[in-house]
Amino acid sequence: MIRIEPRTAPGRWMTLGVPVLSAVIALALAAIPLALAGADITVAYGEMVKGVFGSVFAFSEMLTRATPLMFTGLAAALAFRAKLWNIGAEGQLYLGAMAAVAIGAGAVDIPGIFLVPLIVILGAAAGAAGMAVPALLKTRFGADEVVTTLLLNFIILIFVQMMLEGALKDPMSLGWPQSAPVLDQGMLPQLMPRMRVHSGLILALVLAGIAQFMLARSVWGFRLRAVGENAAAARHAGIGVNRSLFGVAILSGGLAGLAGVSEVAGLKGYLTADLSPGFGYTGIVVAMLAGLSPVGVVISALFIASVFVGADSMSRAMGVSSYLADLVVSMSLLCVLIGGFVARYRITRTKTAEGVA
Amino acid sequence: MTESKVLSLNALSKRFGSVVANDAVSLDLHRGEVLALLGENGAGKTTLMNMLFGHYMPDGGSIDVAAPNGEMQPLTLGHPQAALSAGIGMVHQHFTLAENLSALDNITLGSEPLFALRRDRAGARAKVQGIMDRTGLVAPLDTPVGKLSVGERQRVEILKALYRDARILVLDEPTAVLTPQEADTLFENIGAMTGDGLAVIFISHKLREVLAFSHRIAVLRHGIKVGEIATSDADERVIARMMVGEDTPVTQRDAMTPGAPVLTLSGISVRNPSARDSLTDVNLTVHAHEILGIAGVSGNGQSALASVISGLRRPDSGSIQVDGDEILNPDPKTMIKAGVGRIPEDRHHDGIVGAMSVAENMVIERLDDPEVQTNGLMNRSAMAANAEKLSQAYDVRGPGINARARLLSGGNIQKLILARVFEQGARLILANQPIRGLDMGAAAEVSRRLLEARAGGAGVLLISEDLDEILGLADRIMVIHDGQLTEVTSRNREDIGLKMAGEHT
Repeated sequence: MIRIEPRTAPGRWMTLGVPVLSAVIALALAAIPLALAGADITVAYGEMVKGVFGSVFAFSEMLTRATPLMFTGLAAALAFRAKLWNIGAEGQLYLGAMAAVAIGAGAVDIPGIFLVPLIVILGAAAGAAGMAVPALLKTRFGADEVVTTLLLNFIILIFVQMMLEGALKDPMSLGWPQSAPVLDQGMLPQLMPRMRVHSGLILALVLAGIAQFMLARSVWGFRLRAVGENAAAARHAGIGVNRSLFGVAILSGGLAGLAGVSEVAGLKGYLTADLSPGFGYTGIVVAMLAGLSPVGVVISALFIASVFVGADSMSRAMGVSSYLADLVVSMSLLCVLIGGFVARYRITRTKTAEGVA
Repeated sequence: MTESKVLSLNALSKRFGSVVANDAVSLDLHRGEVLALLGENGAGKTTLMNMLFGHYMPDGGSIDVAAPNGEMQPLTLGHPQAALSAGIGMVHQHFTLAENLSALDNITLGSEPLFALRRDRAGARAKVQGIMDRTGLVAPLDTPVGKLSVGERQRVEILKALYRDARILVLDEPTAVLTPQEADTLFENIGAMTGDGLAVIFISHKLREVLAFSHRIAVLRHGIKVGEIATSDADERVIARMMVGEDTPVTQRDAMTPGAPVLTLSGISVRNPSARDSLTDVNLTVHAHEILGIAGVSGNGQSALASVISGLRRPDSGSIQVDGDEILNPDPKTMIKAGVGRIPEDRHHDGIVGAMSVAENMVIERLDDPEVQTNGLMNRSAMAANAEKLSQAYDVRGPGINARARLLSGGNIQKLILARVFEQGARLILANQPIRGLDMGAAAEVSRRLLEARAGGAGVLLISEDLDEILGLADRIMVIHDGQLTEVTSRNREDIGLKMAGEHT
């Protein structure tokens, strides 16, 4: 018979080792469908590694892919630390992207030194506004933010499609539903010549560092952790719980908005309704895999981006479906959830009474 | 005696990580016997009973239970169902009843066949009626349990166990929620049940009732059975010494002249549509150098009263004055700033953030203090120094100031909260059940600190369901019943008990 009991105190190797082990198990499990698809596992994983580390270009592609995941991962990690379940990063990403093209695609023609910060700030503000609505509904009326943020994603996406057919539509697009491009001086500077990796990555890294520091060291972080870990005790101790929740909601929405800014003004240049292949949702996986630590988000975003980019490159080299990348990411989430359970609970086999006597 | 043995626990052991909750505990129980299981909190009483009832799997040892024919048979460990069918019934401190179902339905729930076409309600009713007639445990069978009093609900729980033909009944702190009169009735009923051959184990903290109603007393300390004594050979001092291993210090309370009012509540009302926890026109004054004790049975408005004074809940009407100043917009922060120190009832739930460190929990109520923060950043060295100082002064023992607060024992968590409250120089201390669940050492420490605060010029509002605690500490006593406060001048247990039950004499 198998019994499950909570562990009294999870050890250090548990908290650090379990996510890594989960990732390894995820790769091992992904080998099964790969083998079924007819690929040689060692060659396939070799191609995967080459696809990420094989050249400077490959590596820069991985960094490009990791950038939006860092933003959405941070958005999820901060909100989740306060037990505010923001599932709406996908929608907030589109709001940020929309703000970026609305202001950046010719609405104002000012030098880049002013335009770039303006785009970044307005994009973050748009994402923040998108999260402010569910946060208000939660703190005022107790509406479940999981439901409101999730459903807002669909509303926002339809709104984006409407805008791309209307006000934001590029007259030069030959009928395609896409926005006018962001002015050249409004684009985030590239980091390397002839590579797509852009300074959005630097912004993400700096914000992750700040978030890590503020969580651990600031009064704001103290309040946030207290509210997330025990809202009743925080309230009893005189901490404004709703104020803390609202504050982190704004930050979380803003970070998700920056993911949209960085994709539009750093990479694509214009907005389409398929800008994000689910970066908002993948950000949740990134945050969970990171154990909700901001610095951990950077690492897990790099891991997940590597899996995506590596699997893409492998599928091209091996001729197997690139959906296997999605499979590995899904398996990572499942393995991490199971891993988290293993870290918190002890599972023991016990003998029945005859054996004890 | 061996023929009449109904239960024997043989060297049961249970470890949780490095903590040994029970170390080779052996215990026998005989037909018709009332065995009191005593011990400080954390001594392992509940763990032992949970192993008996199959909630926990023992790491070692075995349990034998008498079959109806008297033959001792090993019990399958780790299966509540096996314990139930072996005739073991357990009444937990927190009842497990469905409030929207009638008492009769609650009693029969779970012991009916799952796929029967028809329920034999008449038969069930007759059986329950028979048990009620024999034992005197009377409860209205057709009323939804949600409308019953706490005492009646407890009787329903016991009837449920007896309905399943329990021959061994475990009661976990049965009198914690009862008035003294209700408790006496309960023990009369237990007497009638044991006359029928039922064996009872009851867990209690209250030495008085243990001495009055049990046949035999077993004492646990640090997971080890340290003694077993026939009740006729025991007195309070003997048992207390067995429990703590030494004589308990008697709290010394010097007479004091009360000073100026530090807390005045005038006409406070709190209406709570969903629960019984409301207040009606409450007036009280706590003076400096004074402990005002609020006695009452749980659920009569104590939580509402504490919430109002903590600032967690705005009263619907009435005014609050702290140290002579009217508090216009009470919230927790305002109350803390006004000089109200709060010791919450549920120290794990409201008192500490378990996942944060001891040091962090010690400053959580004064995050705006420039000593604690500089420009929005926590002052870590000051926080550590503060924690070291308070841990020393208040004897907070645990794995260290950077360890998570939830790793502390209940007594040390309470000391952490005391340290936090007293260091801020509170004018009024709201102590809501400050001693409940603490071991004797920690309880004595809490009492000493409260008296020290009183000597230092603070006023203390002590809310407790334990009359002995109130009688031992309070200068003045008020009784709360159904959301209303009445002052009592008598210090007679009987008089106060009647007021607690809502009788106006």
